[in-house]
Amino acid sequence: MKKKVLAMVMSAVLGVSMLGGCTDAASTGGSDAGTSGTTDGGESAGSDAGSNAGGETKEGVEESVPEQESVGGKLTGTLNLGMIGPLTGAAAIYGNAVKNGEQIAVDEINAISSDFQIQYNPQDDEHDAEKSVNAYNNLKDWNVQVIAGTVTTTPCVAVSAEANNDRIFMLTPSASSPDVVNGKDNVFQVCFADPNQGSASAKYIKDNNMATKVAIIYNNADAYSTGIYQTFNAKAGELGLEVVSTTTFTDDTANDFSVQLGDAQSAGADLVFLPIYYQPASLILQQASSMGYAPKFFGVDGMDGILTMEGFDASLAEGVILLTPFSADATDDLTKSFVGKYESGYGETPNQFAADGYDCPYAIYRALQFYADKNGDLDVTGKSAEEICTILISVFTNPNFSYDGVTGSGMVWTANGEVNKDPKAVVIQNGVYVGL
Amino acid sequence: MKALKNLKKQTKISFLNYGIVILFFIVVQILANLGMLTNSLKGQLIPILSYVIMALALNLVVGISGELSLGHAGFMSVGAFSGVVVSMSLAENVPNPGLRLLLAIVIGALLAGIAGVIIGIPVLRLNGDYLAIVTLAFGEIIKNVMNCLYVGVDKAGLHLSFKDAASMGMAADGKVLINGPMGATGVTKLSTFIAGTILLLLVLVIIQNLVNSRTGLAIMAIRDNRIAAEASGVPVTRHKLIAFVTSAAIAGAAGALYALNYSTIAPKKFDFNTSILILVFVVLGGIGNMTGSIIAAALLTVLPELLRKFSDYRMLIYAIVLILVMIASNNPKLRSIFDGLGKKAKKEEAAK
Repeated sequence: MKKKVLAMVMSAVLGVSMLGGCTDAASTGGSDAGTSGTTDGGESAGSDAGSNAGGETKEGVEESVPEQESVGGKLTGTLNLGMIGPLTGAAAIYGNAVKNGEQIAVDEINAISSDFQIQYNPQDDEHDAEKSVNAYNNLKDWNVQVIAGTVTTTPCVAVSAEANNDRIFMLTPSASSPDVVNGKDNVFQVCFADPNQGSASAKYIKDNNMATKVAIIYNNADAYSTGIYQTFNAKAGELGLEVVSTTTFTDDTANDFSVQLGDAQSAGADLVFLPIYYQPASLILQQASSMGYAPKFFGVDGMDGILTMEGFDASLAEGVILLTPFSADATDDLTKSFVGKYESGYGETPNQFAADGYDCPYAIYRALQFYADKNGDLDVTGKSAEEICTILISVFTNPNFSYDGVTGSGMVWTANGEVNKDPKAVVIQNGVYVGL
Repeated sequence: MKALKNLKKQTKISFLNYGIVILFFIVVQILANLGMLTNSLKGQLIPILSYVIMALALNLVVGISGELSLGHAGFMSVGAFSGVVVSMSLAENVPNPGLRLLLAIVIGALLAGIAGVIIGIPVLRLNGDYLAIVTLAFGEIIKNVMNCLYVGVDKAGLHLSFKDAASMGMAADGKVLINGPMGATGVTKLSTFIAGTILLLLVLVIIQNLVNSRTGLAIMAIRDNRIAAEASGVPVTRHKLIAFVTSAAIAGAAGALYALNYSTIAPKKFDFNTSILILVFVVLGGIGNMTGSIIAAALLTVLPELLRKFSDYRMLIYAIVLILVMIASNNPKLRSIFDGLGKKAKKEEAAK
């Protein structure tokens, strides 16, 4: 009898695990994938796309270098560019957005001249550190020269340590944690780092006297959310911003926020800081509205996407303030061309991930061009990853090198790998972002 | 040769298992020296060993003790994080990486064993599917506790908090080792293939000797007929606890080996899906069959990487392969063929 029971349980479990087999890695923690997407996701920050100089950034970059003599060398050869990100599973939306964005950029670069071509190889990591290292090793077997990834934070920390050992240059579009770049001279970010967002938000609220009493609701099972909360809280203490209510939720409890909102309301908070992703944020806005609680809501870049969310009444988001680097309705040429290509190619409006992805291959391309221009002809074919890595580090840490992309113009990088661009606050008015 | 024949069946299987592990080690070494080992495979060696050890540990509970545990990733998690804390906090005091790895594995196993006792005492009073569900719950509890756990180290020693990193009250030069849901980052990689192989051999020695000992017989007697075993004076809960705690400790050692192979480790890795993945290794390899567990765990860890060229379809193919293996291994015709082969061999032996 006991055996029978066991057998039944086993078969049930197996059934589940079979299904699990396919989603398994994919959704290995369906919940985490979503959140970590967030983690990494939102953080491409930067100056408003609107301020872009447009598509003609290439020459602009080279001209902006007054100190070093230009010798006008040519960039030739074929570069093996690898990408790692979650292409399947619950975080696949982020990985695929980056992949599509990078693919558009690669196609554009390849169309510029047949002298320099990029071979692009995206690999799936299912948003899992172990799989990500596997994908990385797979790319190594393919003789990868530069990696434009990885997309999500936790896998990126694991892969960047390996890449640092092997001296392969990495430019991550969207992994935002400082752990990604700390202590690794060959890893650079296109997105804005988490801590900067937290402290910038606190500073922005304080400087503009937006609130006297602040409540925070964050996801304490998510690295992105927790990271921003920690730096926000530290900065708020430093600036004398009064935090009257701090409440948390996890991915498993992200469907009712009445307790958290009630706590914020009874504490008299006049601003609620939401360092979270847009899905739970949409619920919070809905519930606050039905409770008749109307504080100011302040979000970070993870909030981007709330206006296009299906089934969400965008009027609820009216007056929400958030930090975002990319807006698909910006009117400059570069953004318009990118959004047009993305929409016609993939049938959807690009999000920040796609925009960050688009900037990655271009930044690498411009950097190689910059090097060739200063140091004479550069043929990347057959160059070892280490040689390319040395070249790219020298360019990315060169204060004269800057890059204008869809997520910000005039991006420069610090020696420790963080990008230098300011987060821009926008407020939602009549269903569109309006710069503040 | 005759001596070999006279060995007990169990002993033969034991030696077969040691042989497989040693052969695997030698083949990998030869390939590495010939430069034929791809980066892809090289990077998977330690995960393979960790999963094989996990499968063996779980097989001890599921196959030998006959209790279904759905929360074994929890023990792996305890071992992984305690191993990481040990290795990072002793980085200065114990400069030798090998010794630090050893300490990390031992302490990881110890703490996972303690977690096994704490969980095992209430859980093992249950039976069958009730027990399975409760282990599932404990696995999730461990994951959530790890999600809220903050550990830091400074000159005064270790600091611990369940609130956030700031409330640990560390000195300014303190270093956060485990940062809640972000897990541990900046871990120095200590695990080596040789160390993993030695650990695997050691685990095999422990499990096979336990299974073949008096205690092991008592454990299997309880599995086969609890009432008869109880009537014969076998203390049921104690024996079940021995198997469960040994398994938990081994899972902790595997966790430490696994975690120290990556520069970062997050609590979310050790969730329900990982527990089920390991259960799949055990079931596919054959419940109670240690050789099967070793082979299934190794093959199924490598399989998704081998299928990488199918890109988006590879997890689908992976699932299909699992189903086919399951059907094939349960097919009565195939089974009778294998049984026939076994009998033939036996007959030949007898004839000699």
